[in-house]
Amino acid sequence: MDAIILQILNGLDKGSAYALIALGLTLIFGTLGVVNFAHGALFMIGAFCAVTLSRLLQISHTVIDETQKDFLGNPLQVEVPYIYDIFGQATGDVIIDWAVPISILFAIPVMVLIGVAMERGLIKHFYSRPHADQILVTFGLAIVLQEIIKYYYGANPIPTPAPDAFKGSFDFGAALGFDPNTIIYPYWRLVYFAFAAIIIGGVFAFLQFTTFGMVVRAGMADRETVQLLGINIDKRFTLMFGLAAAVAGLAGVMYTPINSPNYHMGMDFLVLSFVVVVVGGMGSLPGAVLAGFLLGILESFASMREVLEFLPGINQIIIYLVAIIILLTRPRGLMGRKGVMED
Amino acid sequence: MLGLDKKHTNLLLLVFVLTLLAPFILNPFPEGSGMAQFNAGYPDLMQRFVIFGIFAIGFNILFGLTGYLSFGHAAFLGVGSYAAMWMMKLLTMNIIPAIAVSVIVAGLFALLVGWISLRRSGIYFSILTLAFAQMSYALAYSVLTPITGGETGLQPKLQDPRILDGALEAGASPKANLFGLEMGSSFEWSVGSWLFTFNVGYYVAAIAMLASFYLAIRIFNSPFGMMLRAIKSNQQRLNYTGLNARPYTLAAFVVSGMYAGLAGGLMVAMDTQVGAERMFWTASGEVVLMTILGGAGTLIGPVLGAGMIKYMENIMSKINSTILHEWFAFLPDGLEDFVVTLIYPFIGKGWHLTLGLIFMLVVIFLPGGLVEGGQRIAKLFKRKNPSSDTPDGKTTPAE
Repeated sequence: MDAIILQILNGLDKGSAYALIALGLTLIFGTLGVVNFAHGALFMIGAFCAVTLSRLLQISHTVIDETQKDFLGNPLQVEVPYIYDIFGQATGDVIIDWAVPISILFAIPVMVLIGVAMERGLIKHFYSRPHADQILVTFGLAIVLQEIIKYYYGANPIPTPAPDAFKGSFDFGAALGFDPNTIIYPYWRLVYFAFAAIIIGGVFAFLQFTTFGMVVRAGMADRETVQLLGINIDKRFTLMFGLAAAVAGLAGVMYTPINSPNYHMGMDFLVLSFVVVVVGGMGSLPGAVLAGFLLGILESFASMREVLEFLPGINQIIIYLVAIIILLTRPRGLMGRKGVMED
Repeated sequence: MLGLDKKHTNLLLLVFVLTLLAPFILNPFPEGSGMAQFNAGYPDLMQRFVIFGIFAIGFNILFGLTGYLSFGHAAFLGVGSYAAMWMMKLLTMNIIPAIAVSVIVAGLFALLVGWISLRRSGIYFSILTLAFAQMSYALAYSVLTPITGGETGLQPKLQDPRILDGALEAGASPKANLFGLEMGSSFEWSVGSWLFTFNVGYYVAAIAMLASFYLAIRIFNSPFGMMLRAIKSNQQRLNYTGLNARPYTLAAFVVSGMYAGLAGGLMVAMDTQVGAERMFWTASGEVVLMTILGGAGTLIGPVLGAGMIKYMENIMSKINSTILHEWFAFLPDGLEDFVVTLIYPFIGKGWHLTLGLIFMLVVIFLPGGLVEGGQRIAKLFKRKNPSSDTPDGKTTPAE
């Protein structure tokens, strides 16, 4: 029992990342009908927003500290981040420590801007071209974005720690009445799951309960009619692209403490996220979220020792295997709508 | 000639002459000169040009003709490589059985993957092939280690059985050969300060490429090729006329898988080692890049694309900032630094950035790839020539 709970928990954080990226992909596909291969790159750029902010906060200048002496007896030179000068040392330390969560505020406008620029500058011209062309041009864009990041940040993973308050692990075993230390789970992964749940809930609420969301849903169902009613649907769809980019970016920001970001993290996630979208059903938002969590949990169950003894290597291929089976038995995916890219 | 019309015979002859003279053409700069680093006429790179050329020609038969975008073609290349390697380990270091088996095994694997994947089309087909390729990669890397060598890959060893070959004496290393002619051996000819290398392996691979190129021309011009084009342009209409597209697409898929297997077998023949990373999805992406860059659906395009990408990968990536500074030394100091900083991100380690940009530009502005670019330029020059403005026999109805 405790092993099962542990695997479900383990699957949640990866599942959250899959679900968030797949949600963004589906938003773009559902609204604009574009298959965006550069979505993984947006996830990666989000992660590098966190890296950038934590570096910006630590920009420092050298000050000669008269109270301290080095071993030669000269006054010691200390690096003082500018942030100390503005907020004082105590607050400054807290801000640096919380760099990753603060990056959320920094990442939202950046990602929305990148998303809107991408849509207006490039993808707009590809609506009438075949899906293969859309895949190819966004694939090229992903390579370009990835290389730009690599040029500025290098090829090595950059560790970006979570705030001290979230270091360590939560003992689920003790909380649920099992033996202590049987189910331990890092706090940050809990935070990640909660964050993903909030974002997903937020996106759904936005689409469901606001006028803007209603128009967008109407546009997803029948674009032409909405346009005939005199609504500028293109403008709203552009904003939805920005929103999808922001969702991917935020998923990346919060993922940095779990996995140190490097320039190809986006591509690694993208391949899996596409599988997730297809399993969930092209164009179905709940399907994308459901499939993201399901596949994340399935993957972590497949990497249990007991399962691996029985079926060696299954953890490496389970997601693809499920995707193949689903695609062949339920061509629309788990929750795909009728008539959306069925062939 | 050979059942081809005049235009295609000329194309085949052109490719034949180019591959035959490649050691000269690719080595235009004398040794020791500043430009010598742009010489691509060394065996390793020339072999790669033709092998990836074969890979891309095969991919083009599927994508260029039927429009089915496979994102998992590297799996067939990898499977072919492993098959060839096992032939070399078990049977003989002669490359003939190795290459034959690699083509057959890759074809069978393509039959299996294609039979399943071709039930769907469009993006679903891409995802299915991608899933199969990633699965093969993951399995080759982990569970199938006894067959694939896992992370270390496979090399021919001295103690392998090799039932057809005589035992090698201790200390000798098994070398790939064609009836005793070693793939690695080459003949060097120096003329003045030029050094030309004629490598056995390169010419073997070049013959294979010419044969596959010829076969591709025949496929393109055959009724079968027409059928594949019909699938690309309108599959629905094809269905309405009572034709089933599946057998044709499956045949195209298997043929292109066999091309990939041939490329994989040749890779092992030239450089006797194989690793799972050959099947990773970025490798599949690379052949997509090559084909699109050169021009999908054209005959010569994929070969050009393969050559261009491999040239960039091996030559452009070697340029570093010191060399750039040497080039722009004639500029005033400040300007020199500025120009170098401006160019530096695009060359050397950043060659992928250039590749991505070129690829995007091609997809956006030149959907027909470099070949279309060439045709447009040719047309531009033709227009300047007044004699070509005369009607070419075609009359337009006046209604």
